[in-house]
Amino acid sequence: MNRRAFGKTALSALAVMAVTPRIAFAADWDAILAEAKGQTVYWHAWGGDPKINDFIAHIGAQALERHGVTLEHVKLASTADAVARVVAERDAGQTTGGAVDMIWINGENFAAMKSQGLLFGPFAGSLPNWPLVDTTGKSATVTDFTLPTEGYESPWAMAQFVFEYDSAKLPTPPKTLAALAEWVKANPGRFTYPQPPDYLGTTFLKQVLYGTLSDPTLMQSPLDAATADATLAPLWAFLDDIHPALWREAKAFPENEPALGQLLADGEIGISFAFNPGRASAEIAAGNLPDTIRTFTLDGGTIGNASFVAIPFNAAHQAGAQVIANLMLDPAIQARAQDPAVLGFQTVLNLTALTTEDRARFDTLKLGAATLSPADLGPVLLEPHATWMVKIAEDWAKRYGIAK
Amino acid sequence: MKIGKTLLSSAPKALALGLALPIMAGLLGTLAPALRGHGFAALAAWDRLWCAVKLSIGTGLVSTLAALIITLLIVAALANTRSFALIRRTLSPLLALPHAAAALGLAFLISPSGWLSRALSPWATGWENPPNLLILNDPMGLSLTLGLIAKELPFLLLMALAALPQLDSHRSAQVAASLGYGRIMGFTITTLPALYRALRLPTFAVLAYAMTNVDMAMILGPNLPPPLAVQITKWMADPSLTHIPTAAAAALLQLALVAATLALWLITERLLSPLIPALAQRGLRGRALDAVLSPIAQTLGLTLAASLIFGMAGLALWSVAGLWQFPHSLPATLNLTTWTKALPDLARTSATTLTLALIATTAALTFTLASLESHHRQGTKPGAALIFLPLIIPQIAFLPGLQILALYAGAKGGLTITAATHTLFVIPYVWLSLAPAFTAWDTRTATTAATLGASPTRIFWHIRAPMLLAPILTAFAVGMAVSIGQYLPTLIIGGGRVETLTTEAIALSSGGNRRLIGAYALMQTLLPALGFALALTLPRLIYANRRAMLAERPHS
Repeated sequence: MNRRAFGKTALSALAVMAVTPRIAFAADWDAILAEAKGQTVYWHAWGGDPKINDFIAHIGAQALERHGVTLEHVKLASTADAVARVVAERDAGQTTGGAVDMIWINGENFAAMKSQGLLFGPFAGSLPNWPLVDTTGKSATVTDFTLPTEGYESPWAMAQFVFEYDSAKLPTPPKTLAALAEWVKANPGRFTYPQPPDYLGTTFLKQVLYGTLSDPTLMQSPLDAATADATLAPLWAFLDDIHPALWREAKAFPENEPALGQLLADGEIGISFAFNPGRASAEIAAGNLPDTIRTFTLDGGTIGNASFVAIPFNAAHQAGAQVIANLMLDPAIQARAQDPAVLGFQTVLNLTALTTEDRARFDTLKLGAATLSPADLGPVLLEPHATWMVKIAEDWAKRYGIAK
Repeated sequence: MKIGKTLLSSAPKALALGLALPIMAGLLGTLAPALRGHGFAALAAWDRLWCAVKLSIGTGLVSTLAALIITLLIVAALANTRSFALIRRTLSPLLALPHAAAALGLAFLISPSGWLSRALSPWATGWENPPNLLILNDPMGLSLTLGLIAKELPFLLLMALAALPQLDSHRSAQVAASLGYGRIMGFTITTLPALYRALRLPTFAVLAYAMTNVDMAMILGPNLPPPLAVQITKWMADPSLTHIPTAAAAALLQLALVAATLALWLITERLLSPLIPALAQRGLRGRALDAVLSPIAQTLGLTLAASLIFGMAGLALWSVAGLWQFPHSLPATLNLTTWTKALPDLARTSATTLTLALIATTAALTFTLASLESHHRQGTKPGAALIFLPLIIPQIAFLPGLQILALYAGAKGGLTITAATHTLFVIPYVWLSLAPAFTAWDTRTATTAATLGASPTRIFWHIRAPMLLAPILTAFAVGMAVSIGQYLPTLIIGGGRVETLTTEAIALSSGGNRRLIGAYALMQTLLPALGFALALTLPRLIYANRRAMLAERPHS
């Protein structure tokens, strides 16, 4: 009771401190908190990684303790299942009381829902913790695959593409795309990527685009359908070159990031990759990978983006969902997410905007043996416009969708 | 009393309507979006359609044929032998193994970095790293076919075992043997035609499942492209939301494929049926066959059972494994971290799973018993074809339509409606495992009781039900196992909110964390196994001093 009252005061105080011109909004937030109390929020989020599931359970415990909000993690095999559910509800005319309260979302799912008016908002900018978000230094927190978020989703983690390898077997990893291709061809069967349209798989293809396009800035605007074939030709040439040397001669692909990670753990492949610089350290800590695994990025940088939560237009518990979205921006929760022993996700917060006490939570974190320091990670390349992802996933299926 | 009678006499009709209505409504619900959104044109334009269709038919037909032939071979070559008892004892409990768990276990066993390869490496194979062999998810669907055969064999074998006593096969076998026929030839001429008739509907159910299943195909099947049913599930889940008409059109195509394949099967059946009388006329004794085919039947039966059992053992070991790198055959360390961390989730999902299974199975058993009893009192014969409707119409064809209709009707995805949908799929299996024992019950007992003045109701509760306690409990255990294993109905109708061990295990299987998958798959297997153990031991405890009550079926 005491602690909850304290948390509430602290939050309101924080809100007032951070955004002095908008004092009124603390009162609005109090109304949201009051409405949220006692609600059960159904958060539809991919459930394939036990570490993330544990982290979500921790958020749930905090939400209950601090705000009296119960969090139910609806574990999905694919985020699109939740999107399909909202669409089915809209088609059935259900405009209130929907089953999905919150979705872990980004990229094309967000673009699809936003363009069809399936999202509640804008709400992100009115969250009390919003001023702590580093919207200038980490522009991916407000731009999702070049689409401005406009407050229809709230960020909670930053991710960057990194390669993983076993330093005991491979002393010097290839740090350019060309060197990677040479390594793949010299080590047949020891490299693969998740099958597009899997998220990580298409991200790998986009990473290849960054290394093969003559002008990578093209990717910041929609892909021109008229010239698309010519534009994408270098990508397919690169893949045609390495496919015969891939794992299973490219006749089968792993399904997603954890499946790719399992191949590394089983020793089936020699170089893997993840959309999380801390994954390898976290897996080593969990005893799932040998402690000789290390990570590297390419010269010139790798793609980075943010993970968000969004609230469907017909969600039954919109107040509760906003409380959870705000809680996920709490410095203590953000620091926990960045702890490699927990998730190893990068924070979305601006560390210089934090109190000394909160900042210390981040400064004392140990990176973990396999995690690169922010400086060693190198530049973050922006996600291409969503049209690129759709087109390369489609063309990939046409080119390689039937095993030969 | 009167109301009770009316209720009972309308039970068969209620059962028929309860099965047919949701399925028909669901099919119509699927048809609507297919017509509205140019679904068929989009489907026809999909360049991998033919490949996906071939996979559906190929894996479905080959696995069903193989499972049926192996079943018949085991019965023909080994009935009433000691190895038959061994195969029966090892295969029967495997009926309770959920499809997804079986597939996950098998996947770990046979993959290039799996247990088999680890056990033989590097000493026999020389592999320091897992070999680059395309075993799982192969484009032809061979591992999927293998998984389907292993999983459907116990079902068909148990169906055969249930039918055999009514066919008087033991005496036919003796007569044939005394005339000098070999075991297999004697079986083929005397018992096969009647046994096949009894196995026909279960075989159709197996064929329909094998052609349209999503859970096993997602784990073992190919992805370049996947079989049609998996592609339908993917379309339904596509983020661009534009593929729902395509999915609906494909679902109807899938239905047509199943119908066409069944028709093909029936035609082939017709063409082949004169062969057996012809064979009998030739008078071939075929004794040499036994020496060749008996060891094959024995090996196939035991190998398939072993693959499932070792698959499960491998998953159990993974659930307590620390670092376990290739090519070590055993983990470097063992710990309970996975179990202790997953315990709260496991307990919660197990509770949901059990609640659903109890509701669905109780409802299914009530419907089945009422229906069978009503047929008995009216002297009519229960028709079996309708009972199989939920097993033969592909789930993927009517569940999406049913979901939209349920939403229109204001039913949010919840436990009740999910349990109701489970009931639909539980009824056929409860019926299948109960009806033979129920109809084989010697009605002279009832006649005797009636002449002593007992009412039909009293006869049912005091004589028939107690005498049939063992088969009723077995049917209950089968029903529980079926409900526990349901994937698509729970996912689609439950709206993602109803989390069972099966939906969790399959969600996790996309993530590849073998330790956690192992824990979930093991729980998923333990629950039904517990049900079967109870069904076996309870009658023994209750009738400890009445040995004759334990005989499941009257012996002629």
